[in-house]
Amino acid sequence: MATEQSYETYYVPHKSWLPIFASLGLFLTVYGGGHILNDMTAGEAHSSGTWILLAGGLITAVTLFSWFRKVIEEDHARLYSAQMNRTYVWSMWWFIFSEVMFFAAFFAALFYIRYYVVGWLGGEGERGPTDMLWPEYTPEWPMLNTPDPAKYPGAKEAMGPWGLPLINTIILVSSSVTVTFAHHGINENKRKKLINWLAVTVLLGVLFLAFQVYEYYHAYTAMGLTLNAGIYGTTFFMLTGFHGAHVTLGTIMLLVMLIRAMKGHFTADNCFGFEASVWYWHFVDVVWLGLFLFVYIMGS
Amino acid sequence: MSAVIEEYHHDHQHGPDKGILRWVLTTNHKDIGTLYLWFSFLMFLLGGSLAFVIRAELFQPGLQIVDPGFFNQMTTMHGLIMVFGAVMPAMVGLANWLVPMMIGAPDMALPRMNNFSFWILPFAFSMLVSTLFMEGGGPNFGWTFYVPLSTTYGPPSTTFFIFAIHLMGVSSIMGAINIIATILNMRAPGMTLMKMPLFVWTWLITAYLLIAVMPVLAGAVTMMLMDIHFGTAFFDAAGGGDPVLFQHIFWFFGHPEVYIMILPAFGVVSQIIPTFARKQLFGYDSMVYATASIAFLSFIVWAHHMFTVGMPIAGELYFMYATMLIAVPTGVKVFNWLATMWQGAMTFETPMLFAIAFVILFTIGGFSGLMVALVPADFQYHDSYFVVAHFHYVLVPGSVFSIMAAAYYWLPKWTGNMYDETLGKLHFWLSFIGVNVAFFPQHFVGLAGMPRRIPDYALQFADYNMISTVGAFLFGFSQLLFLFIVIKCIRGGEKASDRVWEGAHGLEWTIPSPAPYHSFNTPPRDLSDAHS
Repeated sequence: MATEQSYETYYVPHKSWLPIFASLGLFLTVYGGGHILNDMTAGEAHSSGTWILLAGGLITAVTLFSWFRKVIEEDHARLYSAQMNRTYVWSMWWFIFSEVMFFAAFFAALFYIRYYVVGWLGGEGERGPTDMLWPEYTPEWPMLNTPDPAKYPGAKEAMGPWGLPLINTIILVSSSVTVTFAHHGINENKRKKLINWLAVTVLLGVLFLAFQVYEYYHAYTAMGLTLNAGIYGTTFFMLTGFHGAHVTLGTIMLLVMLIRAMKGHFTADNCFGFEASVWYWHFVDVVWLGLFLFVYIMGS
Repeated sequence: MSAVIEEYHHDHQHGPDKGILRWVLTTNHKDIGTLYLWFSFLMFLLGGSLAFVIRAELFQPGLQIVDPGFFNQMTTMHGLIMVFGAVMPAMVGLANWLVPMMIGAPDMALPRMNNFSFWILPFAFSMLVSTLFMEGGGPNFGWTFYVPLSTTYGPPSTTFFIFAIHLMGVSSIMGAINIIATILNMRAPGMTLMKMPLFVWTWLITAYLLIAVMPVLAGAVTMMLMDIHFGTAFFDAAGGGDPVLFQHIFWFFGHPEVYIMILPAFGVVSQIIPTFARKQLFGYDSMVYATASIAFLSFIVWAHHMFTVGMPIAGELYFMYATMLIAVPTGVKVFNWLATMWQGAMTFETPMLFAIAFVILFTIGGFSGLMVALVPADFQYHDSYFVVAHFHYVLVPGSVFSIMAAAYYWLPKWTGNMYDETLGKLHFWLSFIGVNVAFFPQHFVGLAGMPRRIPDYALQFADYNMISTVGAFLFGFSQLLFLFIVIKCIRGGEKASDRVWEGAHGLEWTIPSPAPYHSFNTPPRDLSDAHS
């Protein structure tokens, strides 16, 4: 519940060009992307969608940049109250919750396949028809031999947890610690501490991504583990891939916060942008722990 | 720095701009609410005209007007447009207009994001509708887009359908976050949660549902996209996946989705019935808890849409019993509405007529829902016209009637003019008769075995289908009368008082009619009339 004073200064912006450009940018991005995908699947070498996608991406990026800049300017102009800050806090938490539910769909797919489908494909229960379709198939997880190897060739081996994935786990967990040191830097009003630890965190994020790229390269070239390798490859790449995309986003967010910190933004009682990025970073960290457990350790 | 402040404050004092840019650039919750409502009505007419094609084809047995492939596109697009384009945006439009006024807030919590949420929709629906004109035709696999119909056998335009769903999801999630932030953070001092009007409560809970399930839908269509274009095996048993997995994920979204469409309707009806019964809402607290219970239950009943798919028997039993539990909180609501009317000094203006019709006809839809919840019986009902009758009863005289009730109830507050009561009543009776003539016979043909989503049928279903088509056209054309009434009301009419209805309670009735562009720049002090 708001106190009256903060209530009365709630800032309502006047008209804005940002939303319509953001909508246009999003639309062009997916419209161009749709054409590219359809042309790709139809076997065309070039797609008319490329330029539409690039234009859409550019418009979206410029609009988002302007939007965040505008919000930061308004904040520096002291137009925001404590109540406005609470709005941002609520919004960020519920945004993160929506991301949790997105990942939940993919984790649920993994669990469902592992605990029900694999057995059913092997003829468990009363699933006669699948057993008749592929009588040679023996159920296993990780599924290296698929029911129809001609269509889904399967991987040579599964991705074990104790090499690069363990190193990546250590990197990501450490980065959650270093970002907390950076947070202490804000609270103690030590800008140097903030900047240094934030820079370390961003570097750890980049390192994580670099290792993941190498892991994917290794999977494709040495292990036969591909998107097309059947359900093991599907769940492996989709879960770790979406996580990687979120780490990328989180790293960009922290990088922006680093630049802002170097410009002198953030004080102990006014650092929502930084805190929101930190929450997001912890979120991708927790998702990774789930991945490490269910995809790498229990999955291989 | 101070120059910047002055510039912003100067901006803030503007009234509405003139011309089209007012609507494109607006950050005002009332403007955005109006945009949502008009967009929704446009989609309602578009989705309705697709229903005309369907009903015209089904007027007589045999293939007369369209070929079966196009018929499938019509059923698919009709469903998608009505669910995502008509009902959901109408509810969001009502939330935009009413929530800030009801809780005494200056605007929505995030006004620019509010506008963003709206303007995504015209783009998304342009893209969706344009698929009808693409090579291979539009989506033809039903609004539930089951795999492998939508993956292996879907037309190339499926890709654009998937991205349209993504855009709608982005819009819905941002809209829902905005509504939650507004309700939790912007209430006038002194308005505790249990003093909020019920419409606000139902929207708070609906917004949680949206944030929880729209990402799951995004996940489902993303998996489809990957299966179609990148050779993944989520839904292909040959690679170790399972087509039934799609149904589980889809309905984990789909069942809460039907409550997303009906909970705000409960809120609307809970505002209107007390006004015209001139009594307090019976059992306010139990209404809140019942709404929350329904929302919770909606997450654990999804597989009742899939009884015939071949689940283990324990799953069938669990989902049957869990589904039947929903009748308890829903019953609480229906009895509370009846008890509110009991011994009230009732009058029957158009909003009340729609609200009472809602209670009766939604309950019929609820009862047929209980019938399809029974596993052994559902093996007969599944994918028959009985199911079509069931969900049209909860969606048309349910959600859509509540939206019309809301429009009549708040139009005088929005426009400052009374609508034409005689025409309003005429619109109600035409809609009421049309909707029952259209959908009641579908129960019978469904029980007798007519499957849904087919352009042709056996001769014994001919009479009821003919009646159904007549009713559908009556209902559809009656909505043009609604359009006329609304335009007439906007252009003029008897001036409305601030209170409008003598029995109305709530902060929105304490401000002038039409509601000023900015209603509560400072929070209202007197909350004695905050809810009924």
